[in-house]
Amino acid sequence: MAMIKVHGYQLSTATAMVRACLNEKDLEYEFVIVDLSKGAHKQPPFLALNPFGQVPVIQDGDLTLFESRAIVKYLAKKYEGQGTNLLGSTIGEQAMVEQWSHVESQSFTAPCSEVVFQILIVPMIGGKTDQAVVDSSLKKLSNVLDIYEERLSKSKYLAGSFFSLADLQHLSYIHALVNLAGQGEVVTSRVHVKTWWEDISSRPAWKKVAEAMKL
Amino acid sequence: MVVKLLGPAYASCSRRVLACLVEKDIQFEIVHVDLLKGEQKKPEFLALQPFGKVPAVQDGDLTLFESRAIMRYYAEKYAGQGTSLLGKTLEEKALVEQWLEVEGQNFNPHGNALLYQLLYAPLINLPQDKAVIESSAQKLGEVLDVYEERLSKSKYLAGDFYSLADLSHLPFTEYIVNATDKGYLIRNRKHVNAWWEDISSRPAWKKVLAM
Repeated sequence: MAMIKVHGYQLSTATAMVRACLNEKDLEYEFVIVDLSKGAHKQPPFLALNPFGQVPVIQDGDLTLFESRAIVKYLAKKYEGQGTNLLGSTIGEQAMVEQWSHVESQSFTAPCSEVVFQILIVPMIGGKTDQAVVDSSLKKLSNVLDIYEERLSKSKYLAGSFFSLADLQHLSYIHALVNLAGQGEVVTSRVHVKTWWEDISSRPAWKKVAEAMKL
Repeated sequence: MVVKLLGPAYASCSRRVLACLVEKDIQFEIVHVDLLKGEQKKPEFLALQPFGKVPAVQDGDLTLFESRAIMRYYAEKYAGQGTSLLGKTLEEKALVEQWLEVEGQNFNPHGNALLYQLLYAPLINLPQDKAVIESSAQKLGEVLDVYEERLSKSKYLAGDFYSLADLSHLPFTEYIVNATDKGYLIRNRKHVNAWWEDISSRPAWKKVLAM
């Protein structure tokens, strides 16, 4: 069987999410760099893999798949017999994993990414950080993290007592916020969110990816 | 035991769940939540859905929120009854997930921004932002160009079968086509239009619109 191929970029948070999942599942893969800084993701060879021009894309046998959250779910299901179980064990637990995965994708990541974009990316591409946008995004993120604080005061991980895709999906975004953009206060000022973040970011599968995600 | 859906029946995210429940022949009851009175921000509702968004579902001991998570739960739990909405093989299921994510990440944000300006702002007496309307329509058009290409080769988004990926688009598209002047975004794209005609004529969707 040919090795799984991941087309992505070292600094891409979505690529990092997929790599973290591959590591948790003890899966070998070939990393094919798509140089976003040169616009490779908008060129025809890459658009043939993902017509939306976004990284990452995986190729696993005959299957080509894009959208990082669809990819991690596919990997977690297909390889459920090996590595960490990322899906929950009962149908009720699986529902909780789905629920909190959607909280990440619908409520958490947009304000988090906006802060990182304004502070890190905008200056890199010759623009000026819009502090008003940073402030309003941090406020939205704080409101969301207040709810996480309450949840994590009663539950070790988001979906329950077990690490799952719901937690994994947050790793690269929080890493970018805390370690690359220097905006860790929203996380570290909340006791249970901080404990959860320290726990999940110390997982060996994540540390390997974090090392590659440097400026 | 009857599934309770808490939320107004007209809300897009409620409709997403309702369409799934009807396709799967699942019995349910709607408990109305008055958004204009702010009932979704009151303690009784926040105890079920701490983010104060509709819908939430109560099913015996299980309380669940996030409409796309709710849909997946019921599509899996009742895989054996009603319409199959997930695909059969692991690969088909992966493609359903991929296009569901496309809806959630690429279609939904621009659709949401557009409908907020065109439908919701006037309702709560806020001025419309013309720049946001133009740029959201433009970005949504770019996403729909990719759909046009996909649907010229595939009857439905994930393949030759109707799935959650198509269903998830029903609520916003219904509003865009039938309640705004931006329906051309769908109508002017041949394959997207044919796909819309097909999925919106499903009996389950018509039932949801009548609720």
